[in-house]
Amino acid sequence: MSDSKNGMPAEKNDQVEKNDDQQYSLNDDRRVKVLSPGALIAKRFFRNRLAVVGLVILVVMFLFSFLGGVISPYGQDETFSTTTQLNTQYAGITETTTRRYTAAPDAEFGALVQANANTAINEGAASFERDGVTYTIEQPAPDLYTFSTGGATVAYASTYVVSVPAGMTAPSFDFQIAAITAISAANATEDAPAEDAPEVTEDGTVVVESDEGDAADEAAEAEAAGNTFAADGASYTFDESGNVMDGSGATVAMVSPFVISASDGNTVIPDDLREALLTAIDADASEVVYTDEAGAEHSYSIDYDAYSKVYNVTETTENMVYDRYASPSLEHWLGTDGNGMDMLTRLMYGGRVSLIIGFIVVFIAAGLGVIMGGISGYFGGWVDNLIMRIVDIFYCLPSMPIIIILGSAMDAMRLDPWIRMIYLMLILGFLSWPGIARLVRGQILSLREQEFMLATEATGITVPHRIIRHLIPNVMPQLIVSCTMSLGSTIITEATLSFLGLGVKFPFASWGNIISDVNNAFVMTNYWFIWIPAGICLLLAVLGFNFVGDGLRDAFDPKMNR
Amino acid sequence: MRTYIAKRIGISVIILFCVTFIIYGLMRALPSSYVETMAMQLSQAPGAKPYEEWLAQLNAQYGLDLPVPIGYVTWLGDFLTGNFGDSWKFNVPVLTEFYNTIGISFAMGGLAFVFSTAIAVPLGIFAATHQYSKGDYIISAVALAGISLPTFFFATLLKLVFSVGLGWFDLYGLMGRDFAQLDAVGQALDMVNHMVMPVVTLTVIQIGSLMRYTRTNMLEVLNADYIRTARTKGLPEHKVIYKHAFRNTLIPLVTVIGGSLPGLFSGALITETLFMIPGTGYTSYQAMTAGDIPYTMFFLTFIAVITLLSNLLTDILYAVVDPRVRIS
Repeated sequence: MSDSKNGMPAEKNDQVEKNDDQQYSLNDDRRVKVLSPGALIAKRFFRNRLAVVGLVILVVMFLFSFLGGVISPYGQDETFSTTTQLNTQYAGITETTTRRYTAAPDAEFGALVQANANTAINEGAASFERDGVTYTIEQPAPDLYTFSTGGATVAYASTYVVSVPAGMTAPSFDFQIAAITAISAANATEDAPAEDAPEVTEDGTVVVESDEGDAADEAAEAEAAGNTFAADGASYTFDESGNVMDGSGATVAMVSPFVISASDGNTVIPDDLREALLTAIDADASEVVYTDEAGAEHSYSIDYDAYSKVYNVTETTENMVYDRYASPSLEHWLGTDGNGMDMLTRLMYGGRVSLIIGFIVVFIAAGLGVIMGGISGYFGGWVDNLIMRIVDIFYCLPSMPIIIILGSAMDAMRLDPWIRMIYLMLILGFLSWPGIARLVRGQILSLREQEFMLATEATGITVPHRIIRHLIPNVMPQLIVSCTMSLGSTIITEATLSFLGLGVKFPFASWGNIISDVNNAFVMTNYWFIWIPAGICLLLAVLGFNFVGDGLRDAFDPKMNR
Repeated sequence: MRTYIAKRIGISVIILFCVTFIIYGLMRALPSSYVETMAMQLSQAPGAKPYEEWLAQLNAQYGLDLPVPIGYVTWLGDFLTGNFGDSWKFNVPVLTEFYNTIGISFAMGGLAFVFSTAIAVPLGIFAATHQYSKGDYIISAVALAGISLPTFFFATLLKLVFSVGLGWFDLYGLMGRDFAQLDAVGQALDMVNHMVMPVVTLTVIQIGSLMRYTRTNMLEVLNADYIRTARTKGLPEHKVIYKHAFRNTLIPLVTVIGGSLPGLFSGALITETLFMIPGTGYTSYQAMTAGDIPYTMFFLTFIAVITLLSNLLTDILYAVVDPRVRIS
């Protein structure tokens, strides 16, 4: 204004300016505070306490879902294992309390003869007669009776049983008698346990380590102790638990009143374990800890079954299993689910899936709705009529049943969970556009009649430009409110479908399919940490969207002055 | 008016054709249909025909060998002549199954509707008349929470508290274990007992939106000029609210009530499924997942008809209630 074109004196001009300054100064203290429309809306929005709460909830949920998955040390479908104690039947030990009769290979010593022999032994007779044959009874060792007739030994009776290690041939009759004689005699005289016998700890546990390697040593030791006998022209040594070894130290037979049979035919019970088990039985110990040659520790427990008179040996093994429904701990803050996956991590990834699905569905619906509603509202006439009838059809379609039908169809097709999720989004989006189309159309119908649209027409702006630049922005407030609200309802719909098993599928987590574990009543009543947190997350997220949507609606509405 | 109704009915019929055709097409497109399952079962019987032959025979029997449009026309012809067919899943005529289940759904829906209206409308009015008060905030928050509450989560919480924790109600079903031993009154009480949790679920789920709707509309009416006039002429506040404002709020409420009519008949699909209440919702859910075309078609068509009728009814009621609305 200072250099005027119409040649007014500069002085006068200055005066006018001064005058203006006094009356309409633009000094800060005089300026009327005017907010831009956006700032006004923001101000109104932040004044609404519920809306702010909703915004906070949403921010927390987003951080939880999108950042949580990054921070969490576990993966979405990482499974965790735990060890459980598993008891398997290992062996049975029977103590022979009645004499067993063994006949020589070429002799016969039937049940009736055995009965007579028993009577004779109990009466202390030196011989007995049966079917015209006279049998002479001898007792070479405390627990061994031999029966001979005509100078030849035909049978023996003992509570000791001779058994052979797997894969060896049965020893000869003479060997058996010699072995039992020696061992029975040795056991009768021996009071103190041998030096290298397994020790029994105070709490009744026998701890042994495998010493298969020094078998020769052991044989020498046994020999030194005088535990030797000769049979069939060879000499053998034996130890205190009845293992008979030949000259090289290899075990050729076991002689003992205890019969040990492995439950599993393929299991070979090592000598020293055998020894340990027998010592344990002797000492009334119930636990045996055995370290085998490879250094692996096995623990066995022995319990006596009085009914069948068998000592049952069970091996306790540790098995790795999925850590299912583990209670919350420091390691897993919300425990683990039915697949042994970390619940908190699943919850984070589930939130990601639920939120992303919500956004994509609403994006599809809003896109379709704005286009269809825009065309319908702007052009009117038969286009409008056609689109509105399509909208009517969609309104009339029962959407939940349709989604359920499509869900079970996808079930039947056994779609890949990933593809299935994409289809789910498309279906949900496609079924929910008509509401937005109707809203946009209604808005545009009223906006179309306003003066600014006349102005756009007069200035010759093209039709797409008019719709996109001038109509749509005016619909935006309503659209944003509607989209925010439908985000919440979409998340609920998706969760409901996943809950029914028709939505997002394993291995993907979604809040709905996490909760679907409660279909098992046991999980519902016993494992609250499986489904309550997911339900609360779901509730909070939807609540957040609704609070914010509600706040936005109030903020956009100029009538709602506070 | 009469021409308007006639025109609306005409459009509704066209929409109905489209809707039923879409549903029929969807049902036919189900890859593992009921028939295939049945053919598989039949072919596994000793000495049975191979699967393909059974499939062809059953398809011909059920009219599934026809192309979809022709199949649709056939179905439509049967439907219009009142021949609704037999349900595949339940092995009884469709109508029988429907009659058996609609009563319980209608009772539940009706009860929930009455309760939610009786609770939501007064609370909504209170919230509107005390805008921005503590009560308003609480009611708004509760209403939004009700909308945000997923049905299945709420139902499960109810089950955990009242059935597992307190043991007041059974987890599932409509009849207790000793139902057959009870006398008539006992049986009625038993059914009522089993319906408490589903009805509470339905009520809580519906209350939210109705409360908000009442509040919004009431607020709009309270801002109107005639309310100011009523106040300035010195009417007592309760008269202003209940005589002048509330009556005008009733107009949009009619729309909501009209819109919830189909819900009364269609049954609450999710809630009934959760509580295994043998109403139409649960039955149709089973039929849908089993691919039972006759029952699903009948049920969905029924719902579509009810929806269209209630839309029409709402529009007409609107004109009746509000003399300012003129149908053109």
